[in-house]
Amino acid sequence: MSEQIDQALERKYDAGFVSEIESETFAPGLNEDVIRRLSEIKGEPEWMTEWRLQAYRKWLKMDEPEWAHVDYPKVDYQSISYYSAPKSMKDKPKSLDEVDPELLRTYEKLGIPLHEQEMLAGVAVDAVFDSVSVVTTFREKLEEAGVIFCPISEALHKYPELVKKYLGTVVPKGDNFFAALNSAVFTDGSFVYIPKGVRCPMELSTYFRINEQNTGQFERTLIIAEEGSYVSYLEGCTAPQRDENQLHAAVVELVALDDAEIKYSTVQNWYPGDEDGKGGIYNFVTKRGLCEKNAKISWTQVETGSAVTWKYPSCILKGDNSVGEFYSVALTRGKQQADTGTKMIHLGKNTKSTIISKGISAGRSNNAYRGLVRMGPGAEGARNFTECDSLLIGDQCGAHTFPYIESSNPTAIVEHEATTSKVSDDQLFLCQQRGLDPEKAVSMIVNGFCKEVFRELPMEFAVEAGKLLEISLEGSVG
Amino acid sequence: MLSIKDLHARVEETTILKGLDLDIKPGEVHAIMGPNGAGKSTLGYVLSGREGYEVESGSVSLEDKDLLDMEVEERAQAGLFLAFQYPVEIPGVSNMEFMKESVNAMREARGEDALSSAEFLKKAKEACKQVELPLDFLKRGVNEGFSGGEKKRNEIMQMIMLEPKLAILDESDSGLDVDALQVVAKGVNSQRDGKRSFIVVTHYQRLLDYIEPDYVHILSNGKIVKSGGPELAKEVEKSGYAWLKEGEVA
Ligand SMILES: Nc1ncnc2c1ncn2[C@@H]1O[C@H](COP(=O)(O)OP(=O)(O)OP(=O)(O)O)[C@@H](O)[C@H]1O
Ligand SMILES: [Mg+2]
Repeated sequence: MSEQIDQALERKYDAGFVSEIESETFAPGLNEDVIRRLSEIKGEPEWMTEWRLQAYRKWLKMDEPEWAHVDYPKVDYQSISYYSAPKSMKDKPKSLDEVDPELLRTYEKLGIPLHEQEMLAGVAVDAVFDSVSVVTTFREKLEEAGVIFCPISEALHKYPELVKKYLGTVVPKGDNFFAALNSAVFTDGSFVYIPKGVRCPMELSTYFRINEQNTGQFERTLIIAEEGSYVSYLEGCTAPQRDENQLHAAVVELVALDDAEIKYSTVQNWYPGDEDGKGGIYNFVTKRGLCEKNAKISWTQVETGSAVTWKYPSCILKGDNSVGEFYSVALTRGKQQADTGTKMIHLGKNTKSTIISKGISAGRSNNAYRGLVRMGPGAEGARNFTECDSLLIGDQCGAHTFPYIESSNPTAIVEHEATTSKVSDDQLFLCQQRGLDPEKAVSMIVNGFCKEVFRELPMEFAVEAGKLLEISLEGSVG
Repeated sequence: MLSIKDLHARVEETTILKGLDLDIKPGEVHAIMGPNGAGKSTLGYVLSGREGYEVESGSVSLEDKDLLDMEVEERAQAGLFLAFQYPVEIPGVSNMEFMKESVNAMREARGEDALSSAEFLKKAKEACKQVELPLDFLKRGVNEGFSGGEKKRNEIMQMIMLEPKLAILDESDSGLDVDALQVVAKGVNSQRDGKRSFIVVTHYQRLLDYIEPDYVHILSNGKIVKSGGPELAKEVEKSGYAWLKEGEVA
């Protein structure tokens, strides 16, 4: 309560911005000044500021998309604060020891203590807390291999030419409403660069966390895999429980040059809102990868959180023989809504794509798969296989499938399979008769349903994903 | 072990069990026979507490515990096992994972520690061997794509692993070839230790050649209408159930 009063007071005192020193949270509102200010705080080069402003001007002319199978009250973009950082430099965690114990507990609850990750699994972690990247571990070991893994704000200082060369090449700044907004106001995110022929010596991982009230999170991730290199990257997301809706509009760009491979896994557990749909994160994300010759990009996602999800990780298969994969588990419960899927754009010869989508709906939720497979005129001998399975728990939820296929090449082959099933009373009864309580039973059945996707996750995260489903399903039976 | 008194139960609006009495002592094997639709499977479901099967009156106790008061999983943890007439598939969940969860849930309920992976695997392998299921069945999804006979053997495998106090085998013999029948019977007999009890539901006397029952009951129209020794099963085999109707008229 007092926190809210404080905020109201702050707002009253300060029409424009909250003082940099006292607190680094901007007052709500968006205009060119806010963007300039943001860019200035981050000490960005001139071209970056200009780039942001161009994106902003494009955004002003765009309309929020309405085609998705989701329904939510219009977002008031002027009521959001576009920058929030830990109160002072002193408060900013410098190592994992100083990261909010609450956050660490959340991960521990999921069975993945960060400390352990750091030490045992050898996972390099970049934690983005509200808008600022707080800690990046294992940097030295990565540097030895020539791998760059740092906050994108830092990359703008240290490797401006790399950022400039690739930023916006896969997701242009005016790509869509949310991508344009992100391009204008993104605050942080991760930057990864894998040099030619290097196999990244460890899994790279980022944790995002929205903490402040009334802040939006607009992170931007850029991964560049040079020729013949390999990297596996995982992002995890959580947010505390709040009654207000919070906005998350991220952009992720992947560039896989000739013979390179990028594996990108997401475990998303933003706060979904309560049973009646109050609160929760609006998750409007643009993720896209570009494959050059013989390159491969795999998207694996486990989406259990957010009030509204709008997300289509995509691959542009530009180079001949390139491969795109999309493995997805999306679970909705309560009043959650998800509209998610992928786009596979086949441009090169003999390009291949695989789409495995598993949608699970419980409660009064709605879960939609939306996918586009486009075979361009040059996609000689290209192939796609799509499998789209929906699982319903209870009878008040919905599953929807919207597959779009566009083929301009007669030699390309597109296969599509879809199933819808229910967690049956027979299955539940069998499990219970064998001594399992109903919640355990449902989570086991759901885990089985998702097996094909979990197999694609890095080992330690597959376990995490399973546990996450279990936690998410709590209370969805009976 | 099990004591059923004047049990009335219904499914939806239809009363299926209409005053059923049955008393089973430790170590006994009771065979239940009876025409299609008599209520045999219903009895198994009512005892195990399946949703939708409502007890109207009567009582059931297992080792002096009031069974009707317990949840499905609590009854299972108390030692009640049901081998299904039509085992259901759980795609993607391997037999191994399923049984590990199951075995450990039972152990937890008894206040025992979970089995280690190695201990569990050893037990699972032995159980597979007993019912002559190849080991790769442990890796396959629960009943996923199993043949009819394999499903039945899988049920017995589960029973062997769980070592229940009272096992209800609902037509574990139907759909089995002669060899499989003996395998299933062997599995059951290996569990007969003078303490564990069995209810064997079957249509065929043949199974009872291998699993020798202490008692045979005829269930008809929701009641046990006749009880006897193994010879009763032979009688049924010979003359069917026509006499039941006559009996009703009389
Ligand atoms: N959901 C239901 N609604 C109405 N009647 C039901 C329902 N389930 C079972 N019944 C009826 O209950 C009766 C007993 O069924 P049950 O399955 O117990 O018979 P059974 O003795 O096991 O027969 P079988 O030898 O064919 O396996 C049957 O007449 C059946 O149609
Ligand atoms: Mg039956």
